[in-house]
Amino acid sequence: MDYTLLLIQVLNGLQLGVLLFLVASGLTLVFGILDFVNLAHGSIYMLGAFVCASLTYALDSYLLAVILALPIIGIIGYVFEVFLARPLYSRDHLDHVLGTFGAILVIDTIAHLIWGPAGIAIPLPNYLDGQIKISENIELPTFRVLIIIVGLLAAFGLLWLVNFTRLGMLIRAGASNRTMVSALGIDIRTLFAIVFAIGATLAGMAGMLIAPITEASLGMGNNVIITAFVVIIVGGIGSVKGALVAALLIGLIDTLGRAFLDDFFKIFMSTAAAENSAPAISSMSIYLIMALILSFKPNGLFPPRLR
Amino acid sequence: MKKVMAAIIFCNFVVSSAVAAEIKIGFVTTLTTPAAVIGEDMKNAVNLALEHLNGKAGSHKIEVVFGDDGFAPDTGKQVTDRLLKQDKVDIIAGYIWSHVLLASRKSVLDAGKILISSNAGPSQMASKLCHENFFSASWQNDQTPMAMGEVFNKAGIKSLYIMAPNYAAGKDMVAGIERTFKGQVVGKDLTKWGADAQLDFSAELAKAKVSGADGLFVFYPGAASGAFTKQYHQAGLKDLLPLYSVFTIDGISLPKLQAANFSGIVGSKVTQQWDPSLDNQANKKFVNDFKKQFGKYPSFYAAQSYDTINMIASAVMAVDGDMSDVAGLRSALKSANYNSVRGKYSYGNNNFPIQNFYLREVVEDSDGNWTTEVVDTVFTNHQDPFAADCKLK
Repeated sequence: MDYTLLLIQVLNGLQLGVLLFLVASGLTLVFGILDFVNLAHGSIYMLGAFVCASLTYALDSYLLAVILALPIIGIIGYVFEVFLARPLYSRDHLDHVLGTFGAILVIDTIAHLIWGPAGIAIPLPNYLDGQIKISENIELPTFRVLIIIVGLLAAFGLLWLVNFTRLGMLIRAGASNRTMVSALGIDIRTLFAIVFAIGATLAGMAGMLIAPITEASLGMGNNVIITAFVVIIVGGIGSVKGALVAALLIGLIDTLGRAFLDDFFKIFMSTAAAENSAPAISSMSIYLIMALILSFKPNGLFPPRLR
Repeated sequence: MKKVMAAIIFCNFVVSSAVAAEIKIGFVTTLTTPAAVIGEDMKNAVNLALEHLNGKAGSHKIEVVFGDDGFAPDTGKQVTDRLLKQDKVDIIAGYIWSHVLLASRKSVLDAGKILISSNAGPSQMASKLCHENFFSASWQNDQTPMAMGEVFNKAGIKSLYIMAPNYAAGKDMVAGIERTFKGQVVGKDLTKWGADAQLDFSAELAKAKVSGADGLFVFYPGAASGAFTKQYHQAGLKDLLPLYSVFTIDGISLPKLQAANFSGIVGSKVTQQWDPSLDNQANKKFVNDFKKQFGKYPSFYAAQSYDTINMIASAVMAVDGDMSDVAGLRSALKSANYNSVRGKYSYGNNNFPIQNFYLREVVEDSDGNWTTEVVDTVFTNHQDPFAADCKLK
């Protein structure tokens, strides 16, 4: 076994994991606290990528574009909550699914009209476009290292916000008993809109971070949303800590599966059979893990205590 | 007098309707999902071909009905059925993706209609599943990578790492390169493909980097090509592991790669049966007018779509608009008697082209736009390796 390669793949897995966390954290907050199924969360992720791409070309700076795009996506999330999510809260989950699925179609078509079908590549400044030498044999693209750092910072920032601030306290209180919180004179509707906007901003940020790697493209959100749901179900719906652990777990399993499964299969089957079966098995590995975890812990790894 | 006039008008009407048929072509491509960028290029080329023909094949009006396969085999089959049954088209063409074509072929062939692929060339349809009513206006999947393998042998490349999407054409591409490449394949990755394709290749690129191969060979068509090329550069592989590709760096990805200033791509080489720089009358007219109308170079998808319409028009003229004469259409198509933008070519027993394959290099043209030009002819009149497995004579 080549340990440097293993280490590089672990870092790659970590990078995928933190991106998944950024998407899944918003989803788990909205699903767990507002009890609202938001399929269109992935579309916000896509909008983040496209808005950032347009701003990068307009301002000629990726960093400025990200700084400007984050509040824009937050506002879009807020508006989305007020006009689309709020009227649906009192309905059941099927109506949430229908409403937000409709929103996906609308947002995808609007994006198609504005940005065309081609997708946009985002150029990175030179200092982000190179590689970082971590040791003699380990070299990683600078930008991927940046994603890991920014993603982890955002993750711990969110954990701190939810667990140790007044806003976090209100969010948790609102989740366990929203009537009591509003009786105490807290504007619960604004509180929920803020939660929604935070979730949207994080998803948009994930889109902005992935876009320089994979480009901003139509439907990119629909790919990530399924994996994000796997993450929040494995982590325990409503738990930010669970989302973090599950996202890193899923990111690692997916990456390591893609990296090493064919070599592993070659130990006990023919090369041709291993080459054919490894891609198929690795693309379902995260679902296998989900099934396994749910069979032992049906509520996920860290189910929130107060529901 | 009035009666005479009416009679003349009536006669004219009857005569003209008897002679001039209206031909409907169903054209299936991808118009949604990020792969729509290919579909749009093909649609543009089809419309340009119609414009050049004045919308007519001889005296017969041709109309094209587009269908969207949504980058998925099941949707592709549905839209094919709809074109056949609801729009009642006379002939079906198009198809970017091998898995979509494989899913849709039976509907068309069972209906007794002619099916023309404007791009996909799955190995199955060149061998066991070959059919007298199916024609390719492009190539068989294995051929282009086979030409690349030949280029590697000449360049003295000893070992390769291969990456391709995990679907029918991806597997054909890998088989094609292994067919002619004499060196060693040290590693291979087939990645997830379709509407939810894998676009982050960090794990695969890390493996390729430590594999110690002389080169990296990839097949990532459409939207994936930009993502792949970007990550290849970000991983700093340019000097360690030279990149070779088929159907990845093309008229669709080049403008985007140029906008993002990936100057490393200039000078890279790809193989193809067509190139905008090919020197023939039809190609010059096509490339010039396409550039004038759409402001960019046509891709090979566009070239093949343009050929598809001209090829159909030549067959329609040969049977004088009688689309029920399938045998006549067949023999006209088989003769390839039209001005193809790739130059003269012929058809093999399995109805796949026997044609030249060129080595093209990415260059900057006089206006500063990135494009490709032919630097060498790799294969002359090359036939796909599956022709012998096809029962057709």
